[in-house]
Amino acid sequence: MKLTRSLPMATLAAAIASASQAQAQTEITVATVNNNDMVIMQSLTDQFEQANPDIKLDWVVLEENVLRQRLTTDIATEGGQFDVMTIGTYEVPIWAERGWLAAFDNLPEGYDEEDLLKSVRNGLSHDCTLHALPFYGESSMLYYRTDLFDEHGIDMPEQPSWEEVRDWAAEIHDPDNETFGICLRGKPGWGENMAFVSTLVNTFGGRWFDEDWNPELDSPEWQEAISFYVDLLGNYGPPGASSNGFNENQALFSSGKCAMWVDATSAAGRIFNPDESSVADQLGFSQAPVAETPKGSHWLWSWALAIPASSEKQEAARTFVEWATSKEYIELVGETEGWTSVPPGTRTSTYEDERYIEAAPFADFVLEAMQGADPTDSTLKPSPYIGVQFVGIPEFQAIGTQVGQTIASALTGDASVEQALQSAQQATERTMKRAGYLD
Amino acid sequence: MNKTRASGRTVGGLRTLSLQAPAVTLLLVWMLVPLGMTLWFSLQRYNLLMPGMTGFAGLENYEYLFTDPALWSAMGTTLLLVGWVLVITVVGGTLLAVLFQQDFAGRGIARVLAISPFFVMPTVSALVWKNMMMHPSNGVLSWVAETFGLPAVDWFSSLPLTSIIIIVAWQWLPFALLILLTAMQSLDDDQVEAARMDGAGPVAIFFFITLPHLKRAISVVIMIEMIFLLTIFAEIFVTTSGGPGLATTNLAYLIYIQALLNFDVGMASAGGVVAIILANIVAIFLVRMVARNLED
Amino acid sequence: MTSSRTPLSGAKASSSPLASPQVRKLVLTVLGWTVACVIFFPIFWMVLTGFKTEADAIADPSLIFSPTLESYQAVQARSGYARFALNSVVIAFGSTLLALLIAIPSAYSMAFLPTKRTKGTLLWMLSTKMLPPVGVLVPIYLIFRDLGLLDTRTGLIIVYTLMNLPIVVWMLYTFFKDMPKDILEAGRMDGASTLQEVLYLLMPLTLPGIASTGLLAVILSWNEAFWSLNLTSSNAAPLTAYIASFSSPEGLFWAKLSAASTMAIAPILILGWMTQKQMVRGLTFGAVK
Repeated sequence: MKLTRSLPMATLAAAIASASQAQAQTEITVATVNNNDMVIMQSLTDQFEQANPDIKLDWVVLEENVLRQRLTTDIATEGGQFDVMTIGTYEVPIWAERGWLAAFDNLPEGYDEEDLLKSVRNGLSHDCTLHALPFYGESSMLYYRTDLFDEHGIDMPEQPSWEEVRDWAAEIHDPDNETFGICLRGKPGWGENMAFVSTLVNTFGGRWFDEDWNPELDSPEWQEAISFYVDLLGNYGPPGASSNGFNENQALFSSGKCAMWVDATSAAGRIFNPDESSVADQLGFSQAPVAETPKGSHWLWSWALAIPASSEKQEAARTFVEWATSKEYIELVGETEGWTSVPPGTRTSTYEDERYIEAAPFADFVLEAMQGADPTDSTLKPSPYIGVQFVGIPEFQAIGTQVGQTIASALTGDASVEQALQSAQQATERTMKRAGYLD
Repeated sequence: MNKTRASGRTVGGLRTLSLQAPAVTLLLVWMLVPLGMTLWFSLQRYNLLMPGMTGFAGLENYEYLFTDPALWSAMGTTLLLVGWVLVITVVGGTLLAVLFQQDFAGRGIARVLAISPFFVMPTVSALVWKNMMMHPSNGVLSWVAETFGLPAVDWFSSLPLTSIIIIVAWQWLPFALLILLTAMQSLDDDQVEAARMDGAGPVAIFFFITLPHLKRAISVVIMIEMIFLLTIFAEIFVTTSGGPGLATTNLAYLIYIQALLNFDVGMASAGGVVAIILANIVAIFLVRMVARNLED
Repeated sequence: MTSSRTPLSGAKASSSPLASPQVRKLVLTVLGWTVACVIFFPIFWMVLTGFKTEADAIADPSLIFSPTLESYQAVQARSGYARFALNSVVIAFGSTLLALLIAIPSAYSMAFLPTKRTKGTLLWMLSTKMLPPVGVLVPIYLIFRDLGLLDTRTGLIIVYTLMNLPIVVWMLYTFFKDMPKDILEAGRMDGASTLQEVLYLLMPLTLPGIASTGLLAVILSWNEAFWSLNLTSSNAAPLTAYIASFSSPEGLFWAKLSAASTMAIAPILILGWMTQKQMVRGLTFGAVK
């Protein structure tokens, strides 16, 4: 709506500008997260601007939580502050459904849409049309220290079970020497501890909601999964586990303090880089552990670049998004930053590239995990929602964060698992009632 | 202002009005427009993520808010946080003021160091405390504990509210120190001397001369800090995100969850209205009590 | 300021040999410096960490390391500091000036021509500060969008002016109230107009108070993080937004965070240090008679 209203104005302004200036520059505002891959993208600004002299990039780089609230406020109120937004597989379908995002139909030939991993493409589509292009993608897997496993004579099977993982953690755990059996996410947040906890609940056979949207947080599966998690991380985890998120765990693991770590595949590039990690030589990989069912045992996430429908600079924004998610961009990063630093998990061609396979021995595991994650069928019993480690409804941000808090309180021992799940169940029921899912 | 007004001096009311008008009007607008909108929204079904699902909701938002067990816990946390920080800064600030009033080598520089935290952004101080002081494995405090053979304290998990209180108190202690030190400087030395001649020890002097003298200043510290402490947000957002559980969720944070995680504007507005009412209750009781102290 | 202390403590020396002036001073020096250093330590540690490598930053605390500007370079390469700093300066000082301009007449009339509503008005003004900003974010955002104030310095200046106005009015009021009334009376006898009264009599007398009120307002605006993060994106983003881009990136970030934080607080910290004496004189809120 806003687009049609303001388009003539924009054209007029552009016409005046170009009349007075031989080469009019379009300045686009790109909002992104301060993750490493995005920082590299930002550092390649010059390359883009040289190739597209009529476009100037203006960066807004924020921490994930701040960025998310900022972008949502802006897009929902049609604030029009940003031309390119970095959002994830959780937001894209919801926002696209509300008509907030520009569709990426008729992508140029050279972009090779078919090359994008199918699961990622599905995750970023609404009505079979892409509404954001993937910048990088990730699943989850198990990282372990081969030296410690050898020392204790443990062989890592193809597909470990959670029970095995617990036994190994117990055996290796040596807090006096700052070696902890396992590191897992404990920091509350729907994108932090709940991402991991949801996959754990999935593999224990549980689900967030039954087919009528009744929350199932007090079900035996949740009880079992959460008790397991609290015991495992409480007994064999590092101190302060309840404030460790992805970043904190990555720092712990790469400084050699964890024997095992189950987390995002996107960390592989960095913990395999000897400059940033002291365990690069002793790094082993395996699929994420399973319990009752392999379904939903590892997640699927992608950070993607989207263009708000209200942006007045669609063309320039599109040029940028297509550039930043192209094969050429991956090539550019590979050549300038090294092949372990290329954004992973988006294109099949990356995983067929000899240079990448040679530099990144974990490539196979990542590809397999990415392809194996199915957001539309991630629970043992059928569920009404899409998403492996999240529930694709707008209310989930608040629900996930609240439940994340109660689970963290179970982890610190402030509440028993039973109490925590009880109050999580009640809070979720309230929210779902309020949102009109339940009577 | 206007020269003709000089004649209207006797009609104090008129001139007062015209002089106060800019500030009062602006604040009225600043307060009433958002307040009006907040009140209006609090009676609406309005979720930013749910365009289309709108309409008059009556008191539904309030009903949900008041039946939320988190509300009462958040109010308790708010009061605990404000109360403890006030106690620490007032007691600590008084003691520090007495100390920095004494003459010692390099007092000027020591004073400057001690008031520095007041100039630090709340977000930065929260980040520094979280990552460099209280971090369970890389933090200085855990290193100190280990050096003395004590187990490292996992601050934000085992003592969440205490940790927040420490950070906030660290920021506000210098403020209390500044004001109390200023007040201390106007203390009548002759009176102290006379008391000492009469054989009063330093403790007695402190309680019977210094403390009564500081009464006004302490009232001021309490009032100003209260205004800022009731809406503490950045420190919680950066460190614990309100948890674990609800351990560090104060009213401001609870509203944040509704407004910026749930994007439930109706509910957040209802929370805002409750916060305003709470603030005014505090204003009526406490600020008035303190303000009486400031009269004469 | 307290030179009379020494003879007093001398008198006390008779009761305890330990309390001789020298010993007393030594004890006080040690105590005073210990307390000051403990309070200052987190800031010191942050500055120090900014000069370490990331690996040193998470190693066991140590004062011995080879300082490096690596983190500062990394931070600078990612986002230009100058743009954010300039925004902070313009917004903090702009809003402070505006707030003083609006507040001075108001505080003047409250102090010199009080009515029975004055106290109530003051308290009401202060109570407007107790509303959590997050409660009114959406209304303000909508208003700003419609007025085209999003991501503008003007927008933030307006918000900060209003945010600090109650405190500024209160502080000035207490200052004006403590002014000796007879000077003004004398001025009136000479036929001074209100404007002249304010300019030539009141201003010079209350300048310390106005200055320290202004300083406090500058500090509060500089450090405000909620509105600045939510109402700006790139053009008007101040240093608080700069910090938000370093607060938790992937991997090791302690040294970079420290470097960015040091740069963000340095200007205001130095200003605070330089004007510390001035502030002490002015920050009384009428607490000192």
